[in-house]
Amino acid sequence: MMLSPARSWREFPQRYRLEAARCTACGKTHYPPRVICSSCRERKFDTVGMPREGTVVTFTTVHVPPKGFTEQSPLEIAIVELKNGVRVMVQIADLADSRELRIGDPVRLEFRRIAEDGEAGLIFYGHKAVRAR
Amino acid sequence: MREVAIIGVGMVECGELWEKSLRTIWAEAAVAALEDAGVDAVDHITVGCMSPGLFVGQEHLASLLADELGMAGVAATRVESACASGGLALRAGIAEVASGLSDVVLVSGVEKMTDVDGADATYALGSAADQEWEGFHGITFPGLYAMMARSHMAHHGTTSRQLAAVAAKNHANGLLNPHAQFHIKVSIDDVLASTMVADPLHLLDCSPITDGAAAVVLMPLAKAKDLAGRRTVVKITGSGMATDTIALANREDLARLRGVELAAERAYKMAGKGPGDIHVAEVHDCFTIAEIMATEALGFFAPGDGGPAAEGGRTSLGGKMPVNTSGGLKAKGHPVGATGVAQVVEIATQLRGKAGQRQVNGATVGLTQNMGGSGGSSIVHILEVE
Repeated sequence: MMLSPARSWREFPQRYRLEAARCTACGKTHYPPRVICSSCRERKFDTVGMPREGTVVTFTTVHVPPKGFTEQSPLEIAIVELKNGVRVMVQIADLADSRELRIGDPVRLEFRRIAEDGEAGLIFYGHKAVRAR
Repeated sequence: MREVAIIGVGMVECGELWEKSLRTIWAEAAVAALEDAGVDAVDHITVGCMSPGLFVGQEHLASLLADELGMAGVAATRVESACASGGLALRAGIAEVASGLSDVVLVSGVEKMTDVDGADATYALGSAADQEWEGFHGITFPGLYAMMARSHMAHHGTTSRQLAAVAAKNHANGLLNPHAQFHIKVSIDDVLASTMVADPLHLLDCSPITDGAAAVVLMPLAKAKDLAGRRTVVKITGSGMATDTIALANREDLARLRGVELAAERAYKMAGKGPGDIHVAEVHDCFTIAEIMATEALGFFAPGDGGPAAEGGRTSLGGKMPVNTSGGLKAKGHPVGATGVAQVVEIATQLRGKAGQRQVNGATVGLTQNMGGSGGSSIVHILEVE
């Protein structure tokens, strides 16, 4: 069991719509949203969307994947800095050869299936990055 | 605050200890430490253990272990900070003694990791990462350190050979440690030829799954000097702890371990020492890149010089700054909750001059650096000969 239905449900806004929280005081954008701003400690936020475009900060190819990901092995995973400065950890999908990937490469987030909880369990969706053309 | 000394040390041989349960390996280490100290009663027991719930299905561990030692009734506390749980157990013990809450404290660390299969062990260890927002996407611990390694390579030109040199050096040291899990010679080329786990980290860049336990006995320095007779008394002069973001994506500089830098700064300040005063160090080499980044964060080498230092032999036995004379997590083994205490056992043994073939001659000041997860918690201690 990876995720309970309740957890999956409450994360929909972030997983499906990439909703983030922008601090009304200092303007820093938090993904996922926080209760208190880690930069200025303000507690008021606006809900904002996030850009899909970004660049690769660092990456790895995971050859020994965790449970739930064995069918997708090897996994290309990267930290991507989006155009708004927010960094997210995501898989890199549709890569023919991981040796082609470089730090600084432009990528774009796309809505994808992330994992399945067995044959009859939940299917988890979220975003993966693909190389921008 | 009262000054705190280590009067006894003990540990079990690390490895895949199929014939022994968690409570057995813990009790063996505890008894060894109490015998070495020459005490038979303690006021408090601290236990560092990362995840007995996931590894052996047992919580409420501290009380269970106090009873196992025939000490039901004694106060006992389990502390957890992932792979830094052992270091945290020491820090909790120091606070007990320094504050006067307790006079004699048994500090211990333990992890029984081989009662689950590899996939479950990977899952348990993965729980030290940000599961909701990073683990969700399939990242593993080797993967997180691989990302840091790639950043370090990009910033500083660190090479796979330099990473491999850390593994070769630590396995060479492990050959000299009877408590080590592995007694095998590993060359740089062996590391580079081993299976890729998470690019650029090979299998032999990674520390193993290990069962193990370690313990030390603390008491006020004045009392330890009375009890010690002709034995060397080792005192703990510095203790620093710091946190960092657990989500790697939230970290500004992926080529630095900011938590280690902060913990070191605090420990050095408390001890009135600097990196140049340290004669021998045990650092948290859960992956080879971790040792390189830790030796930079501790100030032994400038940022970017950790790799060349390892490859050039500066951290080897006989080098200018011997690191992980025990074999480190790499060769001695990494029973996660025990690791932070096992590091202290090694440094205390060095300062007592009892490290045999791996002795650093004349060592009177040593350091331990223990970290949780990918550096989300970090604990540094400085030990000195009284």
